[in-house]
Amino acid sequence: MSTLLHVEDLRVSFPTRTGVVEAVRGVSFALGQERLGIVGESGSGKSQTGRAIMGLTPLQAEIKARRLEFNGIDLLKASAAERRALRGNRIAMILQDPKYSLDPVMTIGRQIVETLRTHEKVGKSEARARALDMLAAVQIRDPKRVYDLYPHEVSGGMGQRAMIAMMLIAGPELLIADEPTSALDVTVQLDILRILDRLVIDRGMGLIFISHDLRLVSTFCDRVIVMYAGKIVEELKASELSQAKHPYTQGLLNCMPKIGENRHPLPVLDRQPEWLL
Amino acid sequence: MTPALAIDKLRVVYDDFIALKDVSLTVAQGESFGLVGESGSGKSTLLRAVAGLAPVTSGTIDVGGKRLGKTREKEFYRQVQMVFQDPYGSLHPRQTVDRLLLEPLDIHGFADTEKRIQRALDEVGLGSGFRFRYSHQLSGGQRQRVAIARALILEPSVLLLDEPTSALDASVQAEVLNLLEQIRRNRKLTFVMVSHDLGVITHMCERLMVMQTGEEVERLEAGDLASRKVTKDYTRNLLVASEGFVREP
Repeated sequence: MSTLLHVEDLRVSFPTRTGVVEAVRGVSFALGQERLGIVGESGSGKSQTGRAIMGLTPLQAEIKARRLEFNGIDLLKASAAERRALRGNRIAMILQDPKYSLDPVMTIGRQIVETLRTHEKVGKSEARARALDMLAAVQIRDPKRVYDLYPHEVSGGMGQRAMIAMMLIAGPELLIADEPTSALDVTVQLDILRILDRLVIDRGMGLIFISHDLRLVSTFCDRVIVMYAGKIVEELKASELSQAKHPYTQGLLNCMPKIGENRHPLPVLDRQPEWLL
Repeated sequence: MTPALAIDKLRVVYDDFIALKDVSLTVAQGESFGLVGESGSGKSTLLRAVAGLAPVTSGTIDVGGKRLGKTREKEFYRQVQMVFQDPYGSLHPRQTVDRLLLEPLDIHGFADTEKRIQRALDEVGLGSGFRFRYSHQLSGGQRQRVAIARALILEPSVLLLDEPTSALDASVQAEVLNLLEQIRRNRKLTFVMVSHDLGVITHMCERLMVMQTGEEVERLEAGDLASRKVTKDYTRNLLVASEGFVREP
């Protein structure tokens, strides 16, 4: 398995009025053609890790890393233009809520075509044909109709499929999915995951799946990284999540109510100060 | 004993769209009843219709044995309180916690507001240190506690909970669920709770109703879900989906 992405000692910090806030504090991992899950609570730095790889960190933030390398390209040294050429083309990102992340005044078809024509020289009719194919590939039943719809005219699940189509049309090698299913119903969630799963298998894509949902990550991913306060506290095989060693991971697993269990009150996380170190 | 809440053939229609189709439901006093289903199933509409936030087209609602008329009495708005899903959207951004809690007391003419605010904050585990903060200075879990305090401060008998923890992290969710259970026990409250998470519903409720496209699919005891004693395919699918992703061979 070739390694797509190397991340070593990644640090993201934000200067604020009250001092520097370190959102990511020394994260290291390597990614091949696999499904890697990153889990943690809000504020654990999981999204900022994804954004730093994508190159979407706000300007005022400072990114440091010993190594941040995608397919031999040093992402830290790459110019803004080089990053832009990568973004959407070889590295793509799916965001949480299609309601806010799609352009409200552009039809879904036009948004997909825009991505494609930014990165490839294709004619209008070919671009349209490829966008329609892509919509069909993400299991939209009537691509021709959806192509001409605006984001507010489709359901959440459909909007999320459209966003996935947009992200995949340029054929990225690395896909970062930041809570791609959190805004969706459980049944729709699984449909979206099935689509992503097929893409990883068929195209040999690398996938970083960022989520706070341990149950979903443990059943979907190959490997899981657990983050707390900007650091990786544990890395393990997804299938072995139930045997997690770190008390934080155990606590997270434990505090979810499960069907057929009778635990009143639910155990809550007892945060230890040494987890922060 | 008169039920805390009795709904008979409740129907909610928006223009041509029927959001809720003749749903009936009785919740005993002190009971906790759950509503599950996907988005658009009408579960939130049901709560909102009871709270008076959605138009009742036909059907009746009885609270504590009293039928609700076209215009509801002030007493009803004290007796029935609601906690909303999004703690970021349901608190006034320019009011302090103190002001937020004072408003319902003022409206209903409660005396000794000072003591009541103090007590409400203590009850939800926030303490007086949070009293003069704005909602943007609080975390999601703390905001939801404020929303619960605001609902409790009027000493209601029925609490309507619309996905009260789905915007929160799992660890914070556990804390809020524990808080809700403790309050229900202490105050002998009746809960009607909406959630798409079957785990949460079976943890919190004794009985539940599965809904789809504005109608009742089936009614279950919490134990039935655990022992997989369900009769409808739709419920079965929900159960399978709640177990996570299954890779096809």
